[in-house]
Amino acid sequence: MPERVIGGFRKIGHRTIDGVWRMGVSTRFFLLTLMHSGICLRRPQLVIREIFSAGVLSLIIIIVSGLFVGMVLGLQGYETLQTYGSEEALGILVALSLVRELGPVVAALLFASRAGSAITAEIGLMKATEQIAAMEMMAVDPIARVVAPRFWGAVISMPLLAALFSAMGIFGGYLVGVVMIGVDDGAFWSQMQSAVDFREDILNGVIKSVVFGVAVTVVALFEGYDAPPTAEGVSRATTRTVVTSSLAILALDFVLTALMFRGV
Amino acid sequence: MSGNLVEIQGLHFAYGKRPILKGIDLSARKGQVVAIMGNSGCGKTTLFRLISGAVKATQGTLKVDGLNVGDLDQDGLYQLRRRMGVLFQFGALFTDMSVFDNVAFQMREHTDLPEAMIRDLVLMKLNAVGLRGAHDLMTSELSGGMARRVALARAIALDPMLILYDEPFAGLDPISLGVIGNLIRRLTDTLGLTSIVVTHDVQESLKMVDYVYFISEGMVEAQGTPAEIKASGLPFVHQFVHGEEDGPVLFHYPADPYPADLRLSHA
Ligand SMILES: Nc1ncnc2c1ncn2[C@@H]1O[C@H](COP(=O)(O)OP(=O)(O)OP(=O)(O)O)[C@@H](O)[C@H]1O
Ligand SMILES: [Mg+2]
Repeated sequence: MPERVIGGFRKIGHRTIDGVWRMGVSTRFFLLTLMHSGICLRRPQLVIREIFSAGVLSLIIIIVSGLFVGMVLGLQGYETLQTYGSEEALGILVALSLVRELGPVVAALLFASRAGSAITAEIGLMKATEQIAAMEMMAVDPIARVVAPRFWGAVISMPLLAALFSAMGIFGGYLVGVVMIGVDDGAFWSQMQSAVDFREDILNGVIKSVVFGVAVTVVALFEGYDAPPTAEGVSRATTRTVVTSSLAILALDFVLTALMFRGV
Repeated sequence: MSGNLVEIQGLHFAYGKRPILKGIDLSARKGQVVAIMGNSGCGKTTLFRLISGAVKATQGTLKVDGLNVGDLDQDGLYQLRRRMGVLFQFGALFTDMSVFDNVAFQMREHTDLPEAMIRDLVLMKLNAVGLRGAHDLMTSELSGGMARRVALARAIALDPMLILYDEPFAGLDPISLGVIGNLIRRLTDTLGLTSIVVTHDVQESLKMVDYVYFISEGMVEAQGTPAEIKASGLPFVHQFVHGEEDGPVLFHYPADPYPADLRLSHA
């Protein structure tokens, strides 16, 4: 019996050490990526390619999800606000929830499962098929040539996608609230305009999405680069990317929100 | 120096605790084509990984063009690798690029050549392996033998001083095989390169190489010019050249006795 207990503790210890170790290695990997980012300025077409695969190819899912989330917000918000007789505030409710929270968070979650998993799988497979080794053999540093452009492509795409998500959401709220239910058009927009603050709301939302973008991308790149070079290794790494980066987004969101809005 | 581009003495290497190479002595002169033969799993690919600095030897010296590969830092290693071409055993073509971009890769990364010149150079390299017409295919659209030939064109893209070919003939039909054999010979002669070829194709390679090393059990078991090899009375060489199952070379990876493994010994 005590054998088992000791075994359990040992396992917890191993997991913890392993976790801390991975964190250290991935931080080093992140710094290395930053150090090798010069190539992205010298050859911007490398980054543009990655903006296409991380950003442009995520457009559909971001647009559709944004629209539906906004429409649901419109319905639910109207239900609640109507009981207090303040349906005109619907514009504020929709805009603030999207710009402050749902835009950055949901867009980042979608980004993690759409673009993050793709990055991990691609790099993992490049490693499994010796493409990374071949690149090193040709005296080309894979961190600079493969990792850095993907990092910047994804980090640039993320805030743009979050902004698009919010815009589509607001449009969805407008469709449901104004066009379908009949909330006053002028009140919807003018209340939104006066209540949403550029620095407090929009800028903070953008900061969030940048932080999430960095977190998702670093996790995705590291998992891919670190994956065992087998089919199973790559598939596990892909799953880990989605799980780890989603948890990271939610945890970071709490921390950032606590820092940003505590005074209000 | 003695004109040896690659000079290896007493090289030892182990993966973890399992020794793979146990004191290899090998050299390749400038302008030579040297073949390395040995049974599967004897450490030929590993030897290439050592020469290109991907792994470090545990003992012994390994010099390429007078530089001690084990002592080079990353920059030094990259400088050296720019003058080296490697044909990987499994091709390792970049799957997100076309055939053309694969061959152009190093030219774009390491030179400032204008795109028009790169185009000419790439088409020349592809022409040499008979695949000029396939330049706009993606690598997934190639057959196994075509992929090997593209990988070969990529390995010779920058006319390196040393080319390591890991099984250039695997999966080639007899016609391509002859052509590629001649290509390796011709490149070496006209450009004054040095080529090291790992191959299992004894007959084909004896026709074109200058020197042969046989590796077995982590050591050089036999060596010599093709004429010496053919005349050799060593049972090891005889078995290899004639492809016989019985002889000093074991076909099986080390294992427990077969009946014991199948649990027949109790029956
Ligand atoms: N990354 C590795 N980790 C541990 N052992 C390895 C690794 N790569 C190869 N080995 C072992 O080292 C030995 C030599 O492998 P190597 O690939 O050099 O053989 P080879 O001579 O190229 O064989 P083949 O002719 O089949 O290609 C093999 O027994 C293999 O099991
Ligand atoms: Mg091999």
